[in-house]
Amino acid sequence: MSYEVPVAPGDKPHEIQFGGGGEHGFPLWEVFVRAKRGLNHTHVGSLHAPDAETAIQNARDGYTRRAEGVSVWVVPSIEIVASDDAESMFEPFEHKPYRHPTFYEIPEEVGQL
Amino acid sequence: MDASTEFENGQAKFDAIIAADEKIEPRDWMPDGYRKTVIRQMAQHAHSEVIGMQPEANWILRAPTLLRKAILIAKVQDEAGHGLYLYSATETLGVSRDELVGLLHEGKQKYSSIFNYPALSWADMGAIGWLVDGAAIVNQIVLQGTSYGPYSRAMVKICKEESFHARQGYSIMMALAEGSDEQKAMCQDALNRWWWPALMMFGPHDSESAHTAESMAWKIKRKTNDELRQMFIDQTVPQAHYLGMTIPDPDLVFDEETGHWTIGEIDWDEFWATIKGDGRLNRERITHKVKAWDEGRWVRDAATAYAAKQKMKPDKSA
Ligand SMILES: [Fe+2]
Ligand SMILES: [Fe+2]
Repeated sequence: MSYEVPVAPGDKPHEIQFGGGGEHGFPLWEVFVRAKRGLNHTHVGSLHAPDAETAIQNARDGYTRRAEGVSVWVVPSIEIVASDDAESMFEPFEHKPYRHPTFYEIPEEVGQL
Repeated sequence: MDASTEFENGQAKFDAIIAADEKIEPRDWMPDGYRKTVIRQMAQHAHSEVIGMQPEANWILRAPTLLRKAILIAKVQDEAGHGLYLYSATETLGVSRDELVGLLHEGKQKYSSIFNYPALSWADMGAIGWLVDGAAIVNQIVLQGTSYGPYSRAMVKICKEESFHARQGYSIMMALAEGSDEQKAMCQDALNRWWWPALMMFGPHDSESAHTAESMAWKIKRKTNDELRQMFIDQTVPQAHYLGMTIPDPDLVFDEETGHWTIGEIDWDEFWATIKGDGRLNRERITHKVKAWDEGRWVRDAATAYAAKQKMKPDKSA
């Protein structure tokens, strides 16, 4: 398959070091782009840069080469606080169908409601 | 929860997500083999985008018109962007950018062997865009459905940019095909040299491909090498005929029954030799990459020093 390199017979796959440090260690930034006025900034990916100013510049070059955005945010990745995505976190809502409009049966004669 | 229950729960949830055709996200539990396979495939994809800039960058200064030059620059810049999206997706699995770059430089991780063929004439810029990017597109469109979320999202973004690459390539071929006898010959010559390597981009036959079954089960791959190759052949043969060019394969026939084009045998010895590093340009490509990295060191050092200095300054907004 293109851009995928098969393991040649006799080739040993290398070991990967997880969390290995880097030579330059530029911090990682998450990039958010507002596609046009009236829309939220949306996460598009990440990049490495030594500081915020360079991160913004690189985000412009890396993620908006075709007018994909009118505004860019960069956030240091380590500053992101993530939820525990376990089911227990979101499960209770499944038992509360009355929070949705479709739960209520309203006669047609009532009209738009 | 003890370790074995955690493993069982994780495996069960993972299997359910794959079965439901949903995406695996970075913080999900996943089998070790899945993690390693996705890292390997994304990293090699990223390396290919980056090394893939070399044959084309080499022709920027020799582009025949200012417009073709601007187009080529834009395309090469896109490929750098594709490398970025893919490295960024790979890093979500806990491997650092520097390590990935190091593995490429040390020859421990490979890039697509298509970039070990030389670009000899301007017509090669046409053939590369049309055939090499064309083959990559067939693969990447299907990969939008891959099961690893960040990989899938990177593919969606890349696919939006790729069709420009294939079209500008075909447009170069069209200009040559309508030109002088010499230009037509250039066009045919480039097709002759790039046709077979482009078909090899899809990898060995399914029967020879050790990891296909596992990757298909995990939905990392959604179609097999042979299926993808056939899709590419069927779309590309008529395009060559439209140019008035001949596909360099005497055994090529259209099978009325299946509605597919059938090709002759691919030279697999050449394929494996190129992958193992015997390709003409393997050494040159990596040497050039390492040189660019080393020569850029002072820029990275300066940027780091500047950032540190800025941090030490009192906050202006305070
Ligand atoms: Fe690309
Ligand atoms: Fe491309």
